[in-house]
Amino acid sequence: MIGIVDYGMGNLFSVSKALERIGVPYIISESPEELNETKGLILPGVGSFKDAMALLKEKKLDEFLYAYVDSGRPLLGICLGMQLLFQESEENGRTQGLGLLRGRVVRIPADSGDKVKVPHMGWNQLAFHQQSPVLHRVEEGFVYFVHSYYVEGIDREALLASTVYSVEIPAVVGKNNVFGMQFHPEKSSRVGMQLLTNFAKAMEQSGAIL
Amino acid sequence: MITKRIVPCLDVKDGRVVKGIQFVELRDAGDPVELAKIYDEQGADELVFLDISASHEGRKTMAEVVQDVASQLAIPFTVGGGINSLEDMKRILRAGADKVSLNTAAVLDPELITIGADYFGTQCIVLAIDAKRDEELDSWRVYTHGGRQATGREVISWAKEAVERGAGEILLTSMDSDGEKRGFDLALTKAVSEAVSVPVIASGGAGEAKHFFEVFTEGSADAALAASIFHYKETSVSEVKNYLKDRGVNVR
Repeated sequence: MIGIVDYGMGNLFSVSKALERIGVPYIISESPEELNETKGLILPGVGSFKDAMALLKEKKLDEFLYAYVDSGRPLLGICLGMQLLFQESEENGRTQGLGLLRGRVVRIPADSGDKVKVPHMGWNQLAFHQQSPVLHRVEEGFVYFVHSYYVEGIDREALLASTVYSVEIPAVVGKNNVFGMQFHPEKSSRVGMQLLTNFAKAMEQSGAIL
Repeated sequence: MITKRIVPCLDVKDGRVVKGIQFVELRDAGDPVELAKIYDEQGADELVFLDISASHEGRKTMAEVVQDVASQLAIPFTVGGGINSLEDMKRILRAGADKVSLNTAAVLDPELITIGADYFGTQCIVLAIDAKRDEELDSWRVYTHGGRQATGREVISWAKEAVERGAGEILLTSMDSDGEKRGFDLALTKAVSEAVSVPVIASGGAGEAKHFFEVFTEGSADAALAASIFHYKETSVSEVKNYLKDRGVNVR
């Protein structure tokens, strides 16, 4: 069972439908007690970093997420949900993130030579940096991005895949049991479905209780 | 770098896809979900559903269609037609659409763009413009109500205003080219694409694969939409993409 964290900022519908398609049971909840009954968590997110962090704190989900990760069970942040895993963001003034991974969230530079449109919206290609169970049997194919900010200064060992959009953009990140995807796997056709399937498998194999 | 997108467009009336010949003689062309899946398999990057239902009942059915499509499709899709308020946007986005497309309602009340963008984010709001060349103006004029009504607005300035208000994308239909199958309006597409900082989806005039190549290169479009050539199987999304790939255009 996967828990989808409902803190009021996510496109929960498309994530949950994608899980249904790949046959993974899930619950959607904002309650730490309920979410704690799961084997893995998805932290979705669309909107602003500052609002999202405020909501997570208000619902005491930040503390819950730390304890969950400490328990060894896997956590996957999607889009803004991935950005929240990092130390801080410059969106709407500096805001501290969850700090589960090292790096900061900054705006995509719009004026480096070629005319680059921000948000980075559309299909872009993955380039893998290292092996990970999450990338198992996934091709270096195209996935669907919609974002204006990206992660800078990531630890190289946490960078699993990237794409290029005027700068190198971390696309799949992962360290121990904390994972993130900057794009929307639930909107990324076959490649996206495979990535979600892999996360669900990693969850089953993580050996955590429950 | 990001790929150029091929976007099939489906006209939906009372829950069914319809095909028309020059906007008349509508006939049933099947189930939206089934057709959407076929386009997905062919490699469509995104889909647009245009609700052309005239009745309230038909609009309610559209929300159900959106839900069915969303539950079976793992590519982004936009819904337009008859979206006049924040409530309408909420209804469609909650049903599972990724973006809503505003046209006439946004011209009548541009604040609607701002309200939608503030609530859902700019990436959710597509502004659709129906444009027609005006020689006197030496530019293009905005039309509303399915192209039946001229407005005083000039296309470039309207596109700029809409982007300032929060439109995340422009769906630009050339009324002069639409249905002619002689290619997209390259001058119009280029002019708008260069004037705004958001992606432009060119629409109207696709007749063969070559036209997509032209609009992506000469026309500076980020995406290109077509309906009848895909519906009538004159070509397929995969054929168009192979043509583009062979000519060095970056596609998925």
